[in-house]
Amino acid sequence: MTDLHDKGVAELSAALQARQLSSVELTQALLERVQRHQGHLNAFISISDEAALAEAARADAQLRSGTAGPLTGVPIAHKDIFCTRGQKTTCGSRMLANFISPYDATVVERLRAAGVVMLGKTNMDEFAMGSSNENSFFGPVRNPWDAARVPGGSSGGSAAAVAARLTPAATATDTGGSIRQPAALCGVTGLKPTYGRVSRFGMIAFASSLDQAGLITRSAEDAALLLTAMAGFDERDSTSVELPVPDYSGALALTLKGLKIGLLKEFFDTGLDAQIEQHIRAALELLRSQGAHIRDVSLPNLPLSVPTYYVVAPAECSSNLARFDGVRYGHRCENPRDLLDLYERSRGEGFGAEVKRRIMTGTYVLSAGYYDAFYLKAQRVRQLISNDFERAFREVDVLIGPTTPTTAFELGAKTADPVTMYLNDIYTIGANLAGLPAISLPCGLSQGLPTAMQIIGPHFAEERLLNVAHRYQLETDWHRRAPPGYA
Amino acid sequence: MMTGVDWESVIGLEIHAQLATKSKIFSGAATAYGAPPNAQASLIDLAYPGVLPVLNAEAVRMAVKFGLAINARISRRSIFARKNYFYPDLPKGYQISQYELPIVSGGAVDIVLEDGSVKRIDVTRAHLEEDAGKSLHEGLAGLTGVDLNRAGTPLIEIVSEPAMRSAREAVAYLKKIHTLVRYLNICDGNMQEGSFRCDANVSVRPRGSDQLGTRAEIKNLNSFRFVEKAINYELARQIELLEGGGQVLQETRLYDADRGETRSMRSKEQANDYRYFPDPDLLPVELDEAYIDSVSASLPELPDQKAQRLRQDYGLSAYDAGVLTSSAELADYYETVIERAADFPGVAISPKLAANTVIGELAGLLNRDGVDISASRVAPAALAKLLARVADDTISGKLAKDVLEAMWEQGKDPDAIIEERGWRQITDESAIEAAIDAVVAANPSQLAQYRSGKDKLFGFFVGQAMKATQGKANPARLNELLKKKLSG
Repeated sequence: MTDLHDKGVAELSAALQARQLSSVELTQALLERVQRHQGHLNAFISISDEAALAEAARADAQLRSGTAGPLTGVPIAHKDIFCTRGQKTTCGSRMLANFISPYDATVVERLRAAGVVMLGKTNMDEFAMGSSNENSFFGPVRNPWDAARVPGGSSGGSAAAVAARLTPAATATDTGGSIRQPAALCGVTGLKPTYGRVSRFGMIAFASSLDQAGLITRSAEDAALLLTAMAGFDERDSTSVELPVPDYSGALALTLKGLKIGLLKEFFDTGLDAQIEQHIRAALELLRSQGAHIRDVSLPNLPLSVPTYYVVAPAECSSNLARFDGVRYGHRCENPRDLLDLYERSRGEGFGAEVKRRIMTGTYVLSAGYYDAFYLKAQRVRQLISNDFERAFREVDVLIGPTTPTTAFELGAKTADPVTMYLNDIYTIGANLAGLPAISLPCGLSQGLPTAMQIIGPHFAEERLLNVAHRYQLETDWHRRAPPGYA
Repeated sequence: MMTGVDWESVIGLEIHAQLATKSKIFSGAATAYGAPPNAQASLIDLAYPGVLPVLNAEAVRMAVKFGLAINARISRRSIFARKNYFYPDLPKGYQISQYELPIVSGGAVDIVLEDGSVKRIDVTRAHLEEDAGKSLHEGLAGLTGVDLNRAGTPLIEIVSEPAMRSAREAVAYLKKIHTLVRYLNICDGNMQEGSFRCDANVSVRPRGSDQLGTRAEIKNLNSFRFVEKAINYELARQIELLEGGGQVLQETRLYDADRGETRSMRSKEQANDYRYFPDPDLLPVELDEAYIDSVSASLPELPDQKAQRLRQDYGLSAYDAGVLTSSAELADYYETVIERAADFPGVAISPKLAANTVIGELAGLLNRDGVDISASRVAPAALAKLLARVADDTISGKLAKDVLEAMWEQGKDPDAIIEERGWRQITDESAIEAAIDAVVAANPSQLAQYRSGKDKLFGFFVGQAMKATQGKANPARLNELLKKKLSG
């Protein structure tokens, strides 16, 4: 077979099952491609090489013996936030630069059990804090569409790797948009499932009440295949939800006739790039032509989501990251004078600037005398935002709007002002605050850069989101466009 | 200067009781005491990146049991919160505890004061939390070791109102809670191993004042004796300070058992801002009526109920019943002795004598050798037999003590000891008379004095006659026959 790198999960699965292709052959080809583009894209933090080939050989044996499942032998990459047994798990931080995890995250374990081959661990903003992948201790990732631009973050490595055809799919995590925003900026499909749909066990925590594992793929169809293997209750994560996992591929082709789409009024108000708006309106026309009904929906509290998020997320992060103290694992300073010195220097040296900024913000909002004014108030607003969504979903099946206000921006363009950077997440944060599933998919090109739309659904409506996205992708080819030079 | 003030002591306790679950509160690691350092620390206890806590349902059940036993409110919904601070024995950098919505609130226990009156001590709340690990310094020159075996062991922290007015009251309350948690089988109560320990909040105020004085918190007291000593030291320190024109500082103090004094550990200003907030990794604990009813149905007979029953059934005094029910094992032992008394039909064993023997002589032997009642070298059946031998006049009550000690030392049956040592009581009148005759004949001057009105010499003759029978004469018969003989 040729152009192996350009094929998605579903196509590769079919070829592997039909024995037109071996997993070793495929893995070898992709590993070579990963290596070839690592220097200029920097999409990976570690590359698995031998381990990947050994996994591929095992997969081939299963394929031969007829004990293979649909994902057996399909190579993917994991965001370096997921713990992988016996392998480096850095979370993009100097703090964990040499950390070898003694166990597998549930996501890794389930995908391993489904037979996938892990090509390596993808680059990310340190501890998933960032929207440009410029906060990685291992250096920024470049956007395959334009190397001068960022891929988005924090799952920038996963998005760039999928866009550049280094891997057909990659896992990712989304706390405030970290799957959808880089997927949008890199022209790929990014699915953030409902909070609790996928286990958080073994996923290094940033903000526990917002973090959710998901996928970056080239199509909704591929996301459905992988999500079916990843999702489900995990007794090791108390916040995972005990609901049966459907076969997400099953509902992909359902008709859109009668689908009620809400157009998120607040998202089109200010600051949205005109081209992006135009592309989304065109996409909506296409969905309307398939039988969907479209109406405006207002979520009055949604504009408060950025300040709410930047209280809740740092508060949780300040506590979650307290375990990195140089005592048991991770970075430890040289020759500590005493305990305080050990803490201060280990953490001072181990964490980057953005992580420190959020730890300090979070410590502040939880402090005596500020808790009510910040943390508690933010929790109340969070509830109001959830209520807004709930009200909207009594009227419509899904909400559609942009994923990002602009296309990919240049490296360094927003690093000087954290607030400008934070505003990049203005359209994505709402779904995290309300725990809702959302998907971003490419819907055009603007001056050679991908534009994207976002579909948000009620809790556990992943099937619906994938169905709408798939129907759109059946009619369009934006998701098939490869960045120049990566076809 | 505040001299001549009548000071009132105000004491509240925060008791930490380790729950006797097999595994930790948020991980599957074992909780047994004494394993090599870190042998019982799982990745969750070590706070590895990415791990998550999962609540142990058994710990919840035990906390609910405690709440029901003190007639407290059981929260239908309680929440775990993170208490944030850095310390090497606290791997996550926060302790999972309960803050705003504890699982148990309100409730009370009754304690008996020295004058026999009963005082009710209100409990503010009891919440679930995890224990921290331990820092080790011994044998690590210049280094600190961290042992996380204890990290994640479930605790209930039982917070009282500042309701105690003396160190004695505080100890009585602490003992009451200690008894209770052991009855409920939710804590082994081992204070030496730290399974049961407390912090004491101590302040003083002029009697009659309704304001609380500034308090000092004495940390980590792990014996009843230390609690009493530490509180008394602290009360005296505060009074001396106030009477000397000084002020009590709100601070945390440590009790130094070697020096018998408390000393400052950290001031209020140095205290941590714990930044409590609800733990997003754990769902609220929601309990329904059916669950609470099922726990309620599983409660054993509680100490106060048991004491009441012992008084009613066996006519024991409040004091005896109180001592016997101070541990379920002791009460069980006593009740088994009474039960086994039925092995001796026709012999009426006195429940009062049984109680006195158990909490007197037997308790003395247990204490002397540091043996727990459950491991007593004299089994209840053997003790019942001994008491039967007293009741049927085989031996005198006096010798029973010696027989018990011999049973304790040699582990033999009381009958065997009585026979071996020839301690069978002499009830045969002719044998007693013979001894009396010999004594009277040997002491003519005393006899003359007695007969001339010196009644006190009766005791002398009893003693001599007893001696002559090696203490085996039946005392009642001896008295009777001696009186007859002396009166001529």
